[in-house]
Amino acid sequence: MAAVKIYGKPISTCTARVLLCLEEVGAEYQLVSINMPSGEHKGPAHLARNPFGQIPALEDGDLVLFESRAISKYVLRKYKESGTDLLKEGNLAESAMVEVWLEAESQQYNPAISPIVYQSLIVPKMYGGTPDQAIIDSSLEKLKKVLEVYEARLSKSKYLAGNFFSLADLSHFPFTRYLMITPYASVFESYPHVKAWWEDITSRPAFKKVSAGMLGS
Amino acid sequence: MASVTVYGTPLSPAVSRVLACLFEKDVDFKLAPVDMAKGQHKSPDFLKLQPFGQVPAFQDELTTVFESRAICKYICNNYPEKGNQTLMGGRDGDLLAQTSVDQWLEAEGQSFNPPSSALVFQLAFAPMFGFKQDPAAIEQNEAKLANVLDVYDRRLGESKFLAGDDFTLADLAHLPNGHILVSKNEDLFMSRKNVGRWWEEISARPAWKKVVEMQNAPQG
Repeated sequence: MAAVKIYGKPISTCTARVLLCLEEVGAEYQLVSINMPSGEHKGPAHLARNPFGQIPALEDGDLVLFESRAISKYVLRKYKESGTDLLKEGNLAESAMVEVWLEAESQQYNPAISPIVYQSLIVPKMYGGTPDQAIIDSSLEKLKKVLEVYEARLSKSKYLAGNFFSLADLSHFPFTRYLMITPYASVFESYPHVKAWWEDITSRPAFKKVSAGMLGS
Repeated sequence: MASVTVYGTPLSPAVSRVLACLFEKDVDFKLAPVDMAKGQHKSPDFLKLQPFGQVPAFQDELTTVFESRAICKYICNNYPEKGNQTLMGGRDGDLLAQTSVDQWLEAEGQSFNPPSSALVFQLAFAPMFGFKQDPAAIEQNEAKLANVLDVYDRRLGESKFLAGDDFTLADLAHLPNGHILVSKNEDLFMSRKNVGRWWEEISARPAWKKVVEMQNAPQG
């Protein structure tokens, strides 16, 4: 199959989510860099790929896609013959759980963790600004409540959707990877099953490869 | 045969998202109320169904599912022969159609939902529950939502529905917050020609009208 093109940056969390899927299925891909500081993501060429002016976008022949979780599913379905099944679409009950915990990442985990990463890492590093501690503190409280739920879940289940690694687990990687290089990494210490799950998923070769392209590696 | 139970109140946007899907799919269900005022959503029994203590939760003979968008997808997958056949982008195997639905459902979840939910809270729920409104939050979120709706307006100038020619879950997902926002400030949607056309069409669907009837009925 011809290589898919990904428009984005390896240091970008949402681009990393897609790169992880490509690495997990062993697909050939080409990463085309989008120059954020110069505003390339808001220019007409990129807006034609992603009308919200964000990265990543995927191009596969005539197909153009945006939203990293949708791109991830496309990649995983396209390359399902690779033998890596992170969606479990052949099994109704299992695929339901993958969707549930992917939505939990999307709607519970991400809104709590991303302001912490944004304030403590992106604001100072990319914009030379000062982190807003009030936002960080209130987000940490939200994150702890989410981690309590995850701790209970991962005490009964090796991975989030069941006893199999899936897109639901993978989707948590990028922002958690960045939390781990902030002073707030220690929040995971209070949740031993979550910590063990994190250590397990980050030992995967795909994770190590994508992690190497991110900040603080 | 109703082996399907949805836990929650039709007044919750997330619950109503699931109800819309069930009506579109013609799947019978039982609605089990959850008394949020009495904290039933945080009770140990309910937390077994939905560990984040939120509504909706969904149960059928196969499994228990939570997160409204996951529930909607599950309903489509588990009842493929019933009701609306194109909610997930057409028949099995049409990867491109399914992917388009996924993309626009993500756009709803990541771009439309945060500002629209914040506005729904400020404009509808805050007054209902006696919280003070925050004018700055209203202004900020209206501006964010306006940007999103501008993108939608361009898309809907090229495409009948968000994901393509058919009404899908991607459109359906917008009904709950859209309904409340249009009732408070119809200008947001209706001042944009294509968004207005799209909104009138999707909100007129019989399945959505049934949900609105449930919302307007005396809540027991």
